[in-house]
Amino acid sequence: MANDPILSIRGVSKTYANGPTALEAVDLDIQRGEIFALLGPNGAGKTTLISIVCGIVVPSTGSITVDGHDALNDYKQARRRVGLVPQELSTDAFESVLATVTFSRRLFGRSGHSAYIEELLRDLSLWDKRHAKIMTLSGGMKRRVLIAKALAHEPDLLFLDEPSAGVDVALRRDMWKLVHRLRDRGVTIILTTHYIEEAEEMADRVGVIAKGKLLLVDDKAALMKKLGKRELDLTLVEPMTAIPAELEEWAPTLENEGHTLRYVFDATGERTGIPSFLRRMQELGIAFKDLETSKSSLEDIFVGLVEEKR
Amino acid sequence: MNLHGIWAIYRFEMARFGRTIWTSLMVPVITTSLYFIVFGSAIGSQMREVSGVPYGAFIVPGLMLLAIFSESILNASLGIYMPKFTGTIYELLSAPLSPLETVLGYVGAATTKSVVIGLVIFATAHLFVDLPIAHPFAMIAYLVLVAATFCMFGFAIGIWAKGFEQLQVIPLLVVTPLTFLGGAFYSVTILPEPWRSITLFNPVVYLINGFRWTFFGTSDVGVGISLAVTAGFFAACLTWIGWIFRTGWRLKS
Ligand SMILES: Nc1ncnc2c1ncn2[C@@H]1O[C@H](COP(=O)(O)OP(=O)(O)O)[C@@H](O)[C@H]1O
Ligand SMILES: [Mg+2]
Repeated sequence: MANDPILSIRGVSKTYANGPTALEAVDLDIQRGEIFALLGPNGAGKTTLISIVCGIVVPSTGSITVDGHDALNDYKQARRRVGLVPQELSTDAFESVLATVTFSRRLFGRSGHSAYIEELLRDLSLWDKRHAKIMTLSGGMKRRVLIAKALAHEPDLLFLDEPSAGVDVALRRDMWKLVHRLRDRGVTIILTTHYIEEAEEMADRVGVIAKGKLLLVDDKAALMKKLGKRELDLTLVEPMTAIPAELEEWAPTLENEGHTLRYVFDATGERTGIPSFLRRMQELGIAFKDLETSKSSLEDIFVGLVEEKR
Repeated sequence: MNLHGIWAIYRFEMARFGRTIWTSLMVPVITTSLYFIVFGSAIGSQMREVSGVPYGAFIVPGLMLLAIFSESILNASLGIYMPKFTGTIYELLSAPLSPLETVLGYVGAATTKSVVIGLVIFATAHLFVDLPIAHPFAMIAYLVLVAATFCMFGFAIGIWAKGFEQLQVIPLLVVTPLTFLGGAFYSVTILPEPWRSITLFNPVVYLINGFRWTFFGTSDVGVGISLAVTAGFFAACLTWIGWIFRTGWRLKS
């Protein structure tokens, strides 16, 4: 059981009644305990996908299971396990912080009296404000309240929809600390973002979504490695037909009919290998008249992917 | 059964009522007193008895229902409309609650408030007139049934409404006129034809007369018909709400 995905999405599509096709045949498995980032531009369908899993939006087709429970037929079991921090700051006005968080815990079927709530409010620096009416709080504090509400029933799977939208540095820091603490406790976290840095910073795996389609899903490390690659292109004075054995260590390739010598290096690595490569070239007397590096950062790939699908 | 969930909604709604408790309780006290001062003294002195009941006592069931109809619709509709309006409904929709549990929480709380207001009116009226009750258990049961029915009606209206104005349209423009025309303050037997027969198409006539029977043991129409009309309206509201949750109409996109 432990190796079963905690969330399994199969062939989920959504066409809004009077609107566009927001999702097209999305398949996705989320593993237990991972932090997954759903990365995509505005309007990509991230919120729609999350809303379907949580039961807020009805899918046009497809099926979803949470921890093996069908999200439609066995919705009570499925929903108990899920917590959602929505994108919008939708809160009650007149309720106190403690009352609204206790409300959430009960709503999801748990007894309201719990030391867990105190711990949660302390973790989110809300304990001192527990008797304050929500409407008297700042935007950042309201966001903390929404996080506390989502975690109130101790979910196994937490959705954070655009968690850093309109969030100050302190909250961002607290939030990431909390996310890592939750992960240590075995909570699975799915966050959506249109910031690449956020996906990079937080996630174990990243899924790129655009125009309602899930374009690729990969381990962040693998993705970053792929995306962190840079190319050094040397335009040679004399074209080459073969790579000299002395350069094999750097595994360069010949491009442009031997006019360009290309060396691929890892910009995120400790050593790029460029100085030694150039020194060896000089020792071998290989002259070049131009030098150019190009990057293929996540950003470029991301933009490329998104444009390609237009 | 998610009892904690039902309890959460019930408490939340009762806390909402609690924030305006003094207005909520003073309004029926003052309105009822005014009715007695105007109708009871001014008109009542001309019209001593209706169907063998002193006029002041005769209007009490109608007064109670008049308030219960509008309070039930307004409170229950606001209860579900506000989360839709502020966006907090996302939490309700994502919670492990069945439609029945959701309705029990919202309608249960609104019904509680309506019954309390009905009893406040009853107590206030008691200060002005003698009010013997022929069937006290039936009176309480009928009060709860009618309040629950109109709270369900209000709950459905709250989901249907797309603006604050629409929340008020039905209670102000439909229910209150039908109540005034339905014999809240007079017996339909005193109406000349054809008005009398036309009035009998007004369902509120049966609700008021059924309730009046629990007080005085007499009624313009058969008690069985009254109960059937009330139960029919209850069933209609239940069906409507059941359909809303099945289809997600105006709740989920
Ligand atoms: N309730 C709705 N009715 C109609 N169209 C909607 C609704 N919600 C979202 N959409 C549309 O669906 C698409 C995806 O939106 P959304 O899931 O919010 O994207 P994201 O969260 O990635 O920004 C957009 O084109 C948006 O306009
Ligand atoms: Mg979104």
